[in-house]
Amino acid sequence: MHELSIAMSIVEMAQEEAERRGSVPIQAVHMRLGQLSGVVKEALLASYEMACEETLLAGSTLLIEEIPVEVMCPHCRAPRMVRSIQWFCCPECGAPTPDVLRGKELEIVALEFRE
Amino acid sequence: MSNEPRLVEVRKNILKQNDVVARSLRERFREAGVLAISLVSSPGSGKTAFLEKALTLLQPRCRVAALVGDLATENDAARLARSRAPVKQILTGTMCHLEAAMVQQALEGWDLNSLDYLFIENVGNLVCPASYDLGEDLRFVLLSVTEGEDKPLKYPTIFNSADVAIITKCDLAAAVEFDEALARRNIQAVRPGMEILKLSAKTGEGMPAFLQFLESHNPHFRATAAVTQQSS
Repeated sequence: MHELSIAMSIVEMAQEEAERRGSVPIQAVHMRLGQLSGVVKEALLASYEMACEETLLAGSTLLIEEIPVEVMCPHCRAPRMVRSIQWFCCPECGAPTPDVLRGKELEIVALEFRE
Repeated sequence: MSNEPRLVEVRKNILKQNDVVARSLRERFREAGVLAISLVSSPGSGKTAFLEKALTLLQPRCRVAALVGDLATENDAARLARSRAPVKQILTGTMCHLEAAMVQQALEGWDLNSLDYLFIENVGNLVCPASYDLGEDLRFVLLSVTEGEDKPLKYPTIFNSADVAIITKCDLAAAVEFDEALARRNIQAVRPGMEILKLSAKTGEGMPAFLQFLESHNPHFRATAAVTQQSS
């Protein structure tokens, strides 16, 4: 369960931003979470609430955009969404591919300040 | 002033701190000419036995060292010390994975220039270590024949993050009716094209191929010669 340490990193980064802006409280954090990031959404949400306590993010919401896995199909030469992360192949032609284009994201994209 | 929240775009990689340290480690490994290999697997799949065998075979001929992550005990380091290679334990406490900074700290006082190979054994866990780059050149994921062929499908993220799969305890394959073809198909499903090695640390089967594999990633190294000499 490493979601708590991920949640603490999110809070720490957001807190730094908030302090740079004169300690304005944060209402929401928008983030992208890739399906291959190795982080479980539910566990992250539960940890986030705890990590926010006694910070400028107390009571804030974590808004998670889940990013599906997209691979490059060597046969179609086009980006394709895999049907399942248990099967890295092109959903159109079936060609296997290890070439991941998207789906490893673990990033903050925006902060909502209360003002 | 309005009461509307103000949305500010900030693109920040949450693991940036780890990634920065990992990049600097990778750079140090490259400059020192050391090949860094990390091992990940579930608990009990034979990481330490494999590493002990590998260190023992490698140690007479080339310069190897190992860092071993463990939650609470130093048993693994004690086992590995029998190989007489330099070994350092990283006690992770409640942490379920290694992070780049822990590797960096453990390497303090070590001269990387005096090494050819550095092994980094992660905590036994098929989930959390997937997210953390340790600066390694290669990540090996171990799968023992006693675990079942579907492990790659259950933990696709970590298998996808690895460069090489190693099937361990192959001396037990027949006893547990291990379906090797199925295991290989499952590995290829989650990481197409991944190289697969099969070995037994107990009998030594497959170890020469493993050493050859290492050699192919480091032309300066004469592991194969060492093994050929030992087995002749």
